[in-house]
Amino acid sequence: MTPPSPVDEQVVDPHVSPSSRERSRFPRGLHSVVARLRLGMNRRSSLVVPPLALLSALIVGAVIVMLAGVGLGETLSAYRAMLDGSVGSVRAISETLTAATPLILAGLSVALAFRAGLFNIGGEGQMLIGGMFGVLIGFSLTGLPIFIHLPLAILAGCIGGALWGLIPGLLKARTGAHEVIVTIMLNFIALRLVDYGLKTSLFQREGRSDPISKNIEATAELPQLLGWLDSSLRVHLGLVVGLVAAGLIHWLLFRSTMGFEFRAVGANSTAARYAGMSISRAYILVMMLSGALAGLAGTGQVLGVLDRASPGFSAGIGFDGIAVALLGKSNPWGVVAAALLFGGLRAGGQEMQVSTGVGIDLIAVIQALIIIFVAAPAVIRALYRLKTTAEATRISRGWNS
Amino acid sequence: MSEESASIRKKRPANRERHSPVMKKSQIRQARISGSIIFGLMAVTLLFFIPAVADTGKATFRLSTPDDRVQLDPLRIPVTGSLWLLAAVLAFLGSLQLFRKSQSRRTVILGLSFSIFVLVIMLWATADREFSLVSMLDATVTNTTPIALGALSGILCERAGIVNIGIEGMLLSSAFSGVVLGSLYGGWIGLLGAVATGGLVALLLAVLAVHFHVDQIIIGVVINILALGLTSFLTAQVLVQRPQLNDAPIFRSQKIPLLGDIPILGPMFFDQTVIVYGTFVLVAVVTFFLFRTRWGLRTRAVGENPAVADTLGVSVVKVRYLAVLYGGMVGGFGGAWFTIGTVGRFDEGMTGGRGFIGLAAMIFGAWNPVGAFLAALVFGFFDSLRQKFGLLDTPIPTEFLAMAPYLVTIIVVAGLIGRVRPPAADGQPYQKEQ
Amino acid sequence: MELELRGITKRFPGVLANDDITLTVRSGTVLALIGENGAGKSTLMNILSGRYQADSGQILIDGEIRSFDGPGDSIAAGIGMVYQHFMLVPVFTVAENVVLGVEPTKPLGVLDKRVAREQVMDISERYGLVVDPDALIETLPVGIQQRVEILKVLRRGAKILVFDEPTAVLTPQEVTEFFGIVAELKARGSTIIFITHKLKEALAIADDITVLRGGKVVGTADPKVASVEELAAMMVGRDIATKVVKETVGGGEKVLVVENLTLTDDFERPLLKSVSFEVRAGEIVGIAGVQGNGQTELVEAITGVLPVSSGGVYINGENVTNDSPREHHSIGMAHVPEDRTHVGMVGSFSVRENLILDSYYSPPFSRRGRLNGASISDFATELVERFDVRPPLIDNLASALSGGNAQKMIVAREFSRDVPVVICAQPTRGIDVGSIEYIHEQIVRKRNDGKAILIVSTELDEIFSLADRILVMYNGAIIAERVTTETTPIEIGLLMAGRAAEAGAR
Repeated sequence: MTPPSPVDEQVVDPHVSPSSRERSRFPRGLHSVVARLRLGMNRRSSLVVPPLALLSALIVGAVIVMLAGVGLGETLSAYRAMLDGSVGSVRAISETLTAATPLILAGLSVALAFRAGLFNIGGEGQMLIGGMFGVLIGFSLTGLPIFIHLPLAILAGCIGGALWGLIPGLLKARTGAHEVIVTIMLNFIALRLVDYGLKTSLFQREGRSDPISKNIEATAELPQLLGWLDSSLRVHLGLVVGLVAAGLIHWLLFRSTMGFEFRAVGANSTAARYAGMSISRAYILVMMLSGALAGLAGTGQVLGVLDRASPGFSAGIGFDGIAVALLGKSNPWGVVAAALLFGGLRAGGQEMQVSTGVGIDLIAVIQALIIIFVAAPAVIRALYRLKTTAEATRISRGWNS
Repeated sequence: MSEESASIRKKRPANRERHSPVMKKSQIRQARISGSIIFGLMAVTLLFFIPAVADTGKATFRLSTPDDRVQLDPLRIPVTGSLWLLAAVLAFLGSLQLFRKSQSRRTVILGLSFSIFVLVIMLWATADREFSLVSMLDATVTNTTPIALGALSGILCERAGIVNIGIEGMLLSSAFSGVVLGSLYGGWIGLLGAVATGGLVALLLAVLAVHFHVDQIIIGVVINILALGLTSFLTAQVLVQRPQLNDAPIFRSQKIPLLGDIPILGPMFFDQTVIVYGTFVLVAVVTFFLFRTRWGLRTRAVGENPAVADTLGVSVVKVRYLAVLYGGMVGGFGGAWFTIGTVGRFDEGMTGGRGFIGLAAMIFGAWNPVGAFLAALVFGFFDSLRQKFGLLDTPIPTEFLAMAPYLVTIIVVAGLIGRVRPPAADGQPYQKEQ
Repeated sequence: MELELRGITKRFPGVLANDDITLTVRSGTVLALIGENGAGKSTLMNILSGRYQADSGQILIDGEIRSFDGPGDSIAAGIGMVYQHFMLVPVFTVAENVVLGVEPTKPLGVLDKRVAREQVMDISERYGLVVDPDALIETLPVGIQQRVEILKVLRRGAKILVFDEPTAVLTPQEVTEFFGIVAELKARGSTIIFITHKLKEALAIADDITVLRGGKVVGTADPKVASVEELAAMMVGRDIATKVVKETVGGGEKVLVVENLTLTDDFERPLLKSVSFEVRAGEIVGIAGVQGNGQTELVEAITGVLPVSSGGVYINGENVTNDSPREHHSIGMAHVPEDRTHVGMVGSFSVRENLILDSYYSPPFSRRGRLNGASISDFATELVERFDVRPPLIDNLASALSGGNAQKMIVAREFSRDVPVVICAQPTRGIDVGSIEYIHEQIVRKRNDGKAILIVSTELDEIFSLADRILVMYNGAIIAERVTTETTPIEIGLLMAGRAAEAGAR
C-alpha cells in the first residue's frame, strides 16, 4: 500500500487524525489552492441541484397527470399552458409576481428561523393573525391619508404575526417546548380564532351571516404597481415590500451583529451560550421576527389582493413558505428566486386549470416533489449521476479514534 | 461490595443530570401553575356559570336511546346546587396543589379538575334542557378512532426513532384509496387498500429518513403537502368525472351480543364498526408487542440509542423500516375510517387536522399506546361535545372547544404541568460512522 | 482462542486509517494496543467488531480465516467489544441491556424476563461481577455500567474481549477493580485486547504490547522489560519533552477568588460542595481529579454558564457570581472550554467567524449593530498567523480543522485578549503532541505575563508539568491542596481516588 497523497489527506477529509496531518509539512499555498477548489466544487454542485429538482418534479408530475387518464399530448399542452400562464404575457407575469409576493415573505419567515436553528411551521397561523390585525386597522380607521393608514395597517400586521410567533419563541426559550409541535398547534388555534373572530361584530360585515370581514378602506390598500397600464393587473406594492424585506434580512443575517448571533445559535447553540450569547433572547427575537414576516405576508394578501378576511385566507401559503425556504437554501435572495418560481407555478397552474382542465392541485404535488429532491440531494445525484465531493466529508464524521 | 450495591440506585452519573436544570424549582412552579389553573376554573365557575344558571331548574341527561334493550331513566340534576358543589371541590383540589405542593398525584388532580370543569360546562349548557349523554359518549368513541390510530401510527414510528409528522398525509391518502378500492371491489378490499396505501406512504418516509438522512420533520411536511395535493388533484381529475369511484359501501356497526346491551357502555364500546373494534385490538397489540416482546425491546432500543442496537448485531435499518411500515399501515387503517368507516365518500382535505390531533395525543400520552388512546378519548370527547353544543346552540363558541386539544398539547410540551420524555434518538438519522 | 490479524488495511476518503496491520493475540493473554488519538486504534476495533469491513487483509481465529459482514458475525465468532462510550440504553434495565440482541423468548417472540434475569445473575455470579439485574442503567454509576457492558459480551459467549479505553471514565479505585476483573477473565481463559493510550496501565496488565502509529504497527514491546519512556517514544515517533520550562514568578495579588461555591442538581443533591480557592497573578493552579467529580460543573459555575446555589466568584475583588458568561467575558475572563467541537467552536462557521465568536459585539468588530468585515478579517489573519493555525485560511470552515488546530484556534481566540483570568478546561485532550506542546507554551507564557490561570485536567502529567499549585477535586469538593514541587503524582493519584488518609500517611 502506498501512503495517502498528502493533498488528499490535508484537504478532503476534515477529521483526519491530527498527528498524521501535522507531520506532513506541505507548503501552505497548496492547501489554500486545493481548499478553494473544493469549496468551489461544492458550491457548484449544490447550485445544480435546484434546477434538476424542478425538472424531476415536473417529470414525475407529468407521469401522475397521465396516470390520472390524461393523454401525453394534453399533458404537454397543460405544461405549455402553465408556462404561458406564468410568463407568457404581461398579465401572466403580473399574476406570477402577485402569487410570489406572499411567498417571498413567508419563505423569508421560514428561512430566518432556519438560520437560527428553529423550524417555524407556524407560518399559516402567523399569517392569519397578522392578516386579521392588518384588516382590522384597514377597515376600522377612516379618513386617514394613505401614507399614514397603509403603513399603520402593515405595521399592525407585523405586530400580529410577531405576537403569534412570540408564543412558540417564549415557550422554546423558557421551557424548551419544541417549536414544531407548538407552531403546528398554533396554526389550528389561529384557524379557529379567525373562524370565531369573523363571526363577531368587530369583524363581521353588516348584514352577513357567513364569516366574512368588512372591506378595508381604500386608503389601506396596497396600490397596484401596474394599474396605470391596465387596472386588472393585480401585482401590488407588497412585492416591493417583499424585496425590501429580503434585502433587510440578508443584511441582518450576514452583516449585522444580531444576525451573527442568530446564525451562531442556529449552528451550535451550546457554543453560542458559552461565547456569551443569550439563546433565549435569540429564540424569542427570531420567532418574533419570523412571525412578523409571516404576518406581513398575511397582511399583504388582505391589503393587496383580497381586501377583506375570510376563513383560512392564508390558503396554505405559510406551508409553501417552507418549500420556498428549502429551495432557496435559506438564503434571502435564494428565497426570492424560489418564491418567483413557485409564484409562477401557482399562476401557471390557474391558467392550466382554466384552459386545459388539469387541476391546479397538481402544483402542490410538484412543490412537494421539489422539496423532496432538494432536501435529499442524494436522490438527484443518483438520478443524474452527478459526481460531487459533498458526501465525502460526511462519511468520515467522528471517525477519529 | 455490599456497601457499593446499596449506593447503586442513589448515584447517577453527574453529566446526565445537567440536562434539565433545577427540576425541583420547576416542580414547585408546576404545582403553582396547576393550582392557579384549578382556582381559575373555580373562579370561572363562580363568576360566570353560577350566575348564568340562577333561575334554572334541572338539567336532563338521557342515558338510553329509544331502541336500547335496557332502558335507564334520564338523570335529572339540579343545576345551581351542583355547580356550587363542584366549585367547592375545585377549591379543595386547587388548594391541595397550591399549599401542599403535592407532586405525587398532580396529573390526577389536574385531570380530575378539568373533568369537573367539563361537567360544569355541560350542566350549564343543559340547564332546563335535555341532552343525550349516551349518544354523545357513543360519538366520543367514534371520534376517538382516527385520532387514536393516528397516534398509534406515530408511536410505532417514533419508538424506533423516526419522527412522523406526516400522519395527516397518511390518513388522507389511505382514506382516498380506501374509497376508490372500496367502490370498485367492496369494503374489505377497500380496507386492505387503505392499509397498503398507509404502508406505501410510510415507505417513502422510511426511505428518505433511513437511507437519505433527510430531516424527518421536512419529510413529514412534504408527505402532508403531497397527500393533500395528490388526493385533491385525483379527486378533481378522476372522481368528479366518475362519481361511481367515490361511492363505497361502508362498514356498519356490529353489536356484540350481551355486552352490547350493557347500558351506556354497550353502545360506546360494543356496538361499533370493525374499524373501531380494530382500534381497541391494535392498542392492546401494539402495547403488548412494544413492551413484552423481543421485537419491541429491539425497536425501543433503536429509538433510544441506535448505536447500541447496531453493535449488538441488531439491524437498525431493518428495525426502523419495519416499525415505520407498521406505523404507516396502522395509519392507513385509520384513514379508512374517514371514508369506508363512516360516510362512504371522499372529500378534499376531509381529515381536517385529525392527524395532527393524533400527533398531539401521542405526545399527551407520552408515547405510550394506552396513554395515547386515553388522550385520544379526551380529544374525541371534546370533538363530540363540540358537535352537541352546536346543536344545543349555547353561547360558547364551538371554535373554542375545537381548540382544546391543541391548547392541551402546547401546555404538555411546554412542561407547564409536567414533562414527557420522547425516545432519546427520536428524529436522529443513524449513520454507522459515529 | 487465538486471534490473528494479517495485513488489515482500511482506507477512508483521503486517509489510510489502517495500513497493513498484522498482529497476534495469544490465547488466554492480554494484548495492550497502544497509540495516540488518530493512530487507527478505533478503526481497527471497528473492523474487529464487524462495523467496518477491511479493504484488504484477513482476520483469523484459532488459525481459521473469518470474514465479518456485520456485528452479528463478529459476535458469532466469539468477539465481544466493550466500547469507551458505553453501548447501553439508559432507560432499560440491566437485564434488558444484557440480553438485547440475544433475547430469551417464549412463543410469539415474547420476552422471557425471568430467564433473562437468571442469565444475568448466573454470569455475574460466575465472574464475581455484582449487579442488580432490575436496576435502570441511568441510575447506575459508570463503574457498574462498565460491568454491565462486560456482562453483555460474556452473555454472548465472547472468548475474545476487546476493551476500548476502558479506564478513561473510572476512578482509580474502579480502575483497580477493573484490573481485577481482567485478571479474573484471563484466568478463565478469555483472550483480551486492551486499547489504551495510558502507558502505565498497559505495562501493568498486558502480556504483550503492540504500538500503533499513523495506522501502522510500529513496534511491539514486552511489558516486563519496557519502560514508559520507550513506549512513549515509540507511540509518538520521537522523544517527548515532558517538562515545560517555567521561570518563577513571585506570588502576585489574588485575582480570581472562589468562595464557598455550592451547586446542587435537580434533585437537590450536591454537585459542588462549598468549593473555595484563589488564583494569584502569575500563577497556574491545576485542578486534578478523575472525570466526573465536579470539575465540569466548577468551571461552568465560575464562568457563569451554570447558576450557583450559594457562594461567590470574584475577579479582582469584583463580584461576578451568577453573572452571565458575557459579563464574565467583559470583566476579564477567558475560557477554553473542555468540549472543543461542541462547546468551543461553531463547526459550520468559518475560522474567521469563530475567532470573534465571543467578541463580535464589541468594537472594532461591531459598530452600531453592524459587523465590520475588514477589521474582523485583519484580526483573524493576524491570529491565525500568530497562533500557527494550519491551514492558515480564515475562510475555511472550523470543522475542517484537525483537533489540534481547532484547539489552537480556540486558544487564539481566548488568549488574544488581555484579561486577568484565564480558565482552561482539558486544554489538550485528544490532540497531537505538537499542538500540546504549543498550547502548553502559550499557557506558560500567559502565566509569565502575570495572568491568573486555572487549569482543569484529568491528565496528571499535564497538571504536573504546568501547575504551580494543585487542587484535588473529589466528589464535588476540593479535598486537598499541594504545591507542585512538594508533592508526587502518587500522592495526587491517591487523593484523586478519595483516599486522603493513605495519601497523608505517605
